[in-house]
Amino acid sequence: MKVVLKDLTKRFKSRVKGDPDVIAVNDFDFEIPDGQLVALLGPSGCGKSTMLNLICGLEKPTEGRIFFGEDDVTDLPPENRGVGMVFQNYALYPHMTVAQNIMFPLQNLKGDQKLSKEAMSEKALEAARLVQIEQLMDRKPGEMSGGQQQRVAIARALVKRPRVLLLDEPLSNLDARLRLQTREEIRRIQRETKITTLFVTHDQEEAMSISDMIVVMKAGILQQIGKPQEVYDDPVNLFVAKFLGTPAINVFDGSIRDGKLYVGDDCILDVGDIPDQEVYAGIRPEGFIPDENGPLCCGLTGIEVMGRDTSVVSTHPAAPGAIIRSIVSTECRIDTSLPTVRFSVKPYKTLIYSRDTEERIRFRF
Amino acid sequence: MKNNQMKGWLYLLPALLFLGAFMIYPLVDVVVYSFEEGYNSASQTFFGTGLYNYSYVLHDPYFLQAVKNTFILVIFTVPISTGLGLLISLGLNSIKKLKDLYQTVFFLPYVTNTLAVGLVFMILFKKTAYTDGMVNLLINLFGGASVDFIDGPYWAKMFVMCFYTIWIVLPFKILILTSALASVDQVYYNAAKVDGTSKWRIFTKITLPMISPMIFYLVITGFIGAFKAYSDAVALFGTDLNAAGMNTIVGYVYDMLYGNSGGYPSYASAAALILFAIVLTITCINLLVSRKNVQY
Repeated sequence: MKVVLKDLTKRFKSRVKGDPDVIAVNDFDFEIPDGQLVALLGPSGCGKSTMLNLICGLEKPTEGRIFFGEDDVTDLPPENRGVGMVFQNYALYPHMTVAQNIMFPLQNLKGDQKLSKEAMSEKALEAARLVQIEQLMDRKPGEMSGGQQQRVAIARALVKRPRVLLLDEPLSNLDARLRLQTREEIRRIQRETKITTLFVTHDQEEAMSISDMIVVMKAGILQQIGKPQEVYDDPVNLFVAKFLGTPAINVFDGSIRDGKLYVGDDCILDVGDIPDQEVYAGIRPEGFIPDENGPLCCGLTGIEVMGRDTSVVSTHPAAPGAIIRSIVSTECRIDTSLPTVRFSVKPYKTLIYSRDTEERIRFRF
Repeated sequence: MKNNQMKGWLYLLPALLFLGAFMIYPLVDVVVYSFEEGYNSASQTFFGTGLYNYSYVLHDPYFLQAVKNTFILVIFTVPISTGLGLLISLGLNSIKKLKDLYQTVFFLPYVTNTLAVGLVFMILFKKTAYTDGMVNLLINLFGGASVDFIDGPYWAKMFVMCFYTIWIVLPFKILILTSALASVDQVYYNAAKVDGTSKWRIFTKITLPMISPMIFYLVITGFIGAFKAYSDAVALFGTDLNAAGMNTIVGYVYDMLYGNSGGYPSYASAAALILFAIVLTITCINLLVSRKNVQY
């Protein structure tokens, strides 16, 4: 089931009288193709959860429409939309067992949809099997680990076979190890059920690793949509570039003079026919090549060896106050006794942004 | 180590002294009194020991009347006040406008003096030479005949008594239940809403279980409080409760000690211990039931 959002806007009245309304979601317009796992990515307070609540039906949009396939669901209550929702802290009913929790949505069905007791427990068991918790059916949520509770919450959301599955920060309450495991699990469940899934996260690694598509938003405004790798390689503005990638992109104050990109006094790249102007030069950590004759000269702070690769920590006058972190392969020997280190840069890992608009300036290489 | 232990006891000493003098000693003394037959508080003498005091109390028609009154009071007021409290808190929880005002209004009886409230009830219910009381005026308005609520038939007096008790215990219950309702995380209601749960099902399957610990707390303290009723009866029917037929068990104990027919600490002690046994039994039953039903 594809999900289409048309000019979606949600304004909240400000709590302080006279203040302007808070725009949580601003003129959103995008389409989630059928059967995809989509991550809604953005910093805290950017309107991600509001977005989810709008799709789910817990909030009514101020303007715009929401379609599931061809159906306009904007005015439907949540239960008639066919959505399943997994809440950030799972919202499992603490006084019910796992089985009762999973069955709860089924027991709400009325009229023709009403199921027999056997059919209900059959369906609940099926959902439990999908998330591999069928041996925990008689436990109560308080007696389970965070990861198990998460699975129960997913099973409860899936038991009615929703058209769209929504997950609000599904991994934020789990520890690092479990997070890795669970995100693979979410991916697997989504593949098996082929339900269009939208999940909200502020963790770009999470978003990049499992989703088919990511939607980056900032302050309620859509920034970029695309496949994770595309968005990473080709971010449209400085915000997206900074938000994606660990370690984060290194941003220098730069300028373009005579078709060359200068960072401070170092001329690092030929950029073709771009008019002279002040810019931000962003270089991905993996875009640095240690090179004794390289154009970029940085003050060397130290080296962090992490086994697979080496992280070079340095500074540059054109990036005041910032730490330049570059990742190089362990084969490159860097002489730590020297005060400086020189790099040449990979042109396709270098991104130029206008100083005024922070929009991308593309160049040929 | 030894030194530290000494210190510990030293710190406990003031509290232990007071508890011992004002709690434990009197408690033990009550038990002792209840077995001393023919005890005279002036001469501090008694004839012998045995169960005669209990037998006397249990055969005293005034005591039996007091037990009956107390039980009626408990059986009617505890469920009604808890149910009513829950209804009002649900109402308070679902309104936004004037919520604070209503909360204050409902809380007023809690801070009002018992005897002042008693006076107001007199105005509402008592028949005097000049008026039949406001409630009777209302009854007359609808074509009914006046009822003497204070000196009239037993059921009328009992009604006033129960009404009064419910009214006086309601604020505390509303206070506790409103905060219990407010502490139920909104996310459970959101989850239920996504699943299209009906209002009634949300109430019975989510809200009630979530606040059940508080409800049982209120029921247990409500039972104990109602068994200990006394001042309310005095406020309504005056000090000669036996004559009014509206005595309670605690009232009986008081009368045995200080009332017109008083001066019998042994009978009073026996009655007090019988009350204790009743309250203990009921509370144990309550706890057993609640352990089965309060799931979390």
